[in-house]
Amino acid sequence: MTQGNGSALDTKGRGITEASGGVATLERADFVSDQEVRWCPGCGDYAILAAVQSIMPELGIPREKIVFVSGIGCSSRFPYYMDTYGVHGIHGRAPAIATGIATARPDLQVWVVTGDGDGLSIGGNHFIHALRRNVNLKILLFNNQIYGLTKGQYSPTSEQGKVTKSTPFGSVEQPFNPVSLALGAEATFVARTLDVERKHLPEVLRSAAAHRGSAFIEIYQNCNIFNDGAFLALTSKDGRSKNRIYLEHGAPVRFGDNNAKGVRMDRSGRLEIVDVADVGVEGLLVHDATREDPSLAFALARLAAGPTMPTPLGVFRQVKRPVYGDGMEQQLRSAAAEQGPGDLGALLSSGDTWTVT
Amino acid sequence: MSGQIAPPEQAGTDRQEVPHVVVRFAGDSGDGMQLTGDRFTSVSAAFGNDLSTMPDFPAEIRAPAGTLAGVSAFQIHFSDHDILTPGDEPGVLVAMNPAALKANIKDVMRGGMLILNSDSFDERNLDKAGYAADPLGDGSLDDYQLCKIPMTSMTMDAVKPTGVGKKEAERSKNMFALGVLSWMYSRPVEPTIEYLEKKFATKPALAAANVAALKAGHAFGETAELSAFEVKPASLAPGVYRRITGNQALAFGLIAASVQAQLPLFLGSYPITPASDILHELSRYKNFGVRTLQAEDEIAAIGMALGAAFSGHLGVTTSSGPGLDLKAETLGLAVSLELPLIVVNIQRGGPSTGLPTKTEQADLLHAMYGRHGEAPLPIVSSYSPSSCFWAAIEAARIAVKYMTPVILLSDGFIANGAEPWLIPKLADLPDISTSFASQPNAGEDYWPYLRDDDTLARPWAIPGTPGLEHRIGGLEKADVTGNISYDPENHQLMTELRAAKIKGIEEDIAPLEVEGPDDARVLVLGWGGTYGQIGEACGRLNAGGHRVARAHLRHLNPLPKNTEGVLRRFNKIVVPELNMGQLSRLIQAEFLIEVISINQVKGLPFRAAELEERLKELI
Repeated sequence: MTQGNGSALDTKGRGITEASGGVATLERADFVSDQEVRWCPGCGDYAILAAVQSIMPELGIPREKIVFVSGIGCSSRFPYYMDTYGVHGIHGRAPAIATGIATARPDLQVWVVTGDGDGLSIGGNHFIHALRRNVNLKILLFNNQIYGLTKGQYSPTSEQGKVTKSTPFGSVEQPFNPVSLALGAEATFVARTLDVERKHLPEVLRSAAAHRGSAFIEIYQNCNIFNDGAFLALTSKDGRSKNRIYLEHGAPVRFGDNNAKGVRMDRSGRLEIVDVADVGVEGLLVHDATREDPSLAFALARLAAGPTMPTPLGVFRQVKRPVYGDGMEQQLRSAAAEQGPGDLGALLSSGDTWTVT
Repeated sequence: MSGQIAPPEQAGTDRQEVPHVVVRFAGDSGDGMQLTGDRFTSVSAAFGNDLSTMPDFPAEIRAPAGTLAGVSAFQIHFSDHDILTPGDEPGVLVAMNPAALKANIKDVMRGGMLILNSDSFDERNLDKAGYAADPLGDGSLDDYQLCKIPMTSMTMDAVKPTGVGKKEAERSKNMFALGVLSWMYSRPVEPTIEYLEKKFATKPALAAANVAALKAGHAFGETAELSAFEVKPASLAPGVYRRITGNQALAFGLIAASVQAQLPLFLGSYPITPASDILHELSRYKNFGVRTLQAEDEIAAIGMALGAAFSGHLGVTTSSGPGLDLKAETLGLAVSLELPLIVVNIQRGGPSTGLPTKTEQADLLHAMYGRHGEAPLPIVSSYSPSSCFWAAIEAARIAVKYMTPVILLSDGFIANGAEPWLIPKLADLPDISTSFASQPNAGEDYWPYLRDDDTLARPWAIPGTPGLEHRIGGLEKADVTGNISYDPENHQLMTELRAAKIKGIEEDIAPLEVEGPDDARVLVLGWGGTYGQIGEACGRLNAGGHRVARAHLRHLNPLPKNTEGVLRRFNKIVVPELNMGQLSRLIQAEFLIEVISINQVKGLPFRAAELEERLKELI
C-alpha cells in the first residue's frame, strides 16, 4: 500500500475538479458575500474591504483557491464579508492557522487580516515567526492604535501618554512601530498605506498579492468611535501634502508641497529631512526596496516616531527568499524520489524483526 | 579498588533455566545506560523472549556526574512466557557507580544480584553519592549476591589497541557491562557489533573501541565463570514480530491512519518531554507525504494542525500536559468549527512542570473538561506500547467520521516502554476513508452545518472546491447555515447537537470487555498505562484462589455503551489510577455507582505486587 507523492493534496476521486476558465470574468461583486457588514458607520474598515474586493478579480485566482483567515477584533470580521473560503479564528492565532493552511496547500492564496491588538499583542509571537519563515501569506494589519471591539483600551501601537479607559492617567508604554518590527522579524515584503488612500492602497495590495512569501502591509485605519483622527496628520487636507512621503523604488525620497522636501542620510548614517533646494536632488536618499540589507528600510520605517509627522508610505522592502511551503514540498518530493513512495507494510516491518512459528 | 571478583554462589557454566528475569541497568546520565538497555532489549526480542521495558531518566540532560540526581536507569523484564509489566523488583542490578547503587538498591529483590563497577567505588564517588562508608565493605549488602567487576580499568585495557583517547575509552564501559550481561543470559553479541559498526561508521576507531569493550565483557563473564542462565523463548502467537516503543507505535499508527483515511498527514508540534519522539519519528517519513512543522509554541502547533484540517489534511498535534493547557482555546475552536483533529497528550507528572520524565494519569479530567463553555470531545486512550498504534487509528477514525477533535491519552510509561509487537497485516487495518463535500447541499448554496442524520457530522468542504466557498469561525453558528447567530434558542440547540454528536459515538465503539472468572463479584476497572500491572495483580489473585474480574477502558468519552451494565453486575468496583481519583469521579458522577479508588502519584507505575496486596485488602 502506498500513499502520497509529496505534491499538493491528491483530490482525485473525491469529486473535486480543478477550476478552469472563467477566472478572468470575475468581478468585484463575485467577492462580496451575502453577509451584512457590521462595522460602525464611518469605520476605516469599509474602505479596506472595498479595496480588497476590488483587486481580487485582477489576481487571476479562482475564488475557491483563496482563503481569508482572521483572529479576533473588529478587523477580524473581514472573512465573513469575502465570498471566498474563510476562517474566523481565535485571538492572535490567525498567522498560525494560516500557516497550517498555506503549508498544507501551496495551491491556495492565503490572506490574514489582523489588527494592532490581535497581531502585535496577543498574537505577536505567531506574527514574527510567520514572517521569519516566509510563509506564503498576505498579512494585512489594520492599525487603529486602539482596542475597538473591547471598547477603547490602549493598544501596543498607542502613543505614550494616551488616555484611554484602561489608562486614565495616560499610557506609559513605548509603542511598537509595526513596519520596523516586521523588518526585524526578517520579513521579505513590508509596506505601509492608509485606509483612505483610494489609489495607493489597492496598488500596495496588488504588489503584496504578487509577492511570493510573507507580505506584510500595515494599514493605518481610522477608528472613528474610539480613536478618531489618529492619522489626521496624514489625512487632513493640509497634512496630506505635507506629511505623506511616498516611497518609490529607484526614486529619490521626496515629499511635501512641490516635492520641496526630501530625505537624506547625514554623515553619522542617520536619516534627516532636508529642503531639496539646500542639498540638491542628487543629495537625497534613493529608495531601494530590493536591497538585501534591511537597515535602510528600517531607518525609513523609523523616520517618524508616529503618524503625526512626515511619514513614509509604500513598499519599504521587497526581496526574494525561499518560501517556507516550497521548501517543505521540495523535501517531500525528493524523499519520494529517493526512497520511493511510502510503503506502509515495509514501514511497519522495518528494524529488527523475528518470526514466531 | 582491587581487581578482585567475588563470584556469585551458583558459579559454573551449566546454564540454569529461569522463566523470567528483571534486569536494571543504572549509571550516570552520561554513562549510556539507555543505549545499553536498548541493545539488551533488542537482542532479547530477537531471541524470542517476551519482554517489557521501562526507562527511567532524570529531567536534567547531564546532572553533576556521580550524584544521585544524575542517575539514569533502564529496566527490562524478559521471559519465556507472556508478561504484562516491566517488573516490580529487579533481580539483577547493574550499577556503574555508587550513586546508581544507592538510588536503586531499595528496589532490588532481596537475594538479587548486584553487578557493580568496583573501579568507581572510590572516596570521591562514595562521597558524592552520600555514602558515609563503602557499602562494598560494611556488610550492608550482605543480603545480595555481590559481583564486583573493575569495569573501567578492564575496559581501558581492552580498548587500548584501538588507539582512542582516554575519555572515549572510558566511555565504552557500558558496552563492557552489556558484554557481561550478554554472557550471563546467553544473548548473542553479533547484532550489537553490527549495530555499533553502523552507528560509528564514520568513526571506525570508536566503533572498534566499543566492540572491543563488548567482547571483553563477554569474555570476562565466561572466564570468571559468572552465573549463567537461560531464559527460553516465549511461546507467543505466530507471526512476524518487532520491538516497539509507545511513541514509535503512535507515530506508525498516525501514518497508517493517514494511509487508511487517504488523507495527507500534517503534524504541528512543539518539543516537549515525553512527546518529542513522535515529532522526531514522523519527521523522517517525508516519502509518505507527512508534513511536520515544529511550531513557535504549543498554541501555534495546534493552530497549524487545525488550519491543515480545514484544508483537507489529517491534522495532528502532539504534546504533554503543559502543552495541553496552552492548546485548550484552540481545542474549543476545533469543537466549534467541527473539524477533524487529533490531539495527543503523553501525560507526565504535574502540576506545572512537575515531573517531566515521569509518568502519571492525571490529565483525564483536563481532557474531559479543560475548555471553557460546553465543549465535549471524544477521548481515546492507549494502554500499552503497541496499543498506541491502534489508538492512533481509532482516534483518526472517530475524528474524520464525526468531524471532531479527538484527544488521545498516552503516558510517559507507555511512551518510552518497549515490548514485542506482532506486526499487523495491512488487510487487518480498518478503512477509515471519508469523502469531501463536492456539491452544493441546499439548492445553489452550500450550508456547512447541514448535518448527516446518522452521525450528526457536518460536511467537510475544503478550499479548492468551486461553489462551496464558505466561512466558519468561533462565533456561535446558526444551525444548518453556519451563519453567525446570537439567537438564544439556536445556542441551546447547537450546544445540544454538539453534545449529542459526541454521545452518539458510543454506538460505534467496541463494548467494554470483562476478563476473569464468571463468578467474580469484584471488578477492577482501569484505563491507560496501568493495564499490565492490573492484569498481573488480578492474575496472581485469581491464581491464589480469589475471584476478581478486570476491565480496561479504551474510550473515556463517550464510555462504551455497555459500561453501566457491566459495572452493575458486580458488588464492588475498584479503580486503580495514577492520579487522585479521576476516572472514579467520572464513573460515580455518570452512573451514581460507588467505586473504591486506589491512587498513586509517585511518577512511577504501580507495582503489581503492591496492587495485589491493596486489592486483597479490599475483596
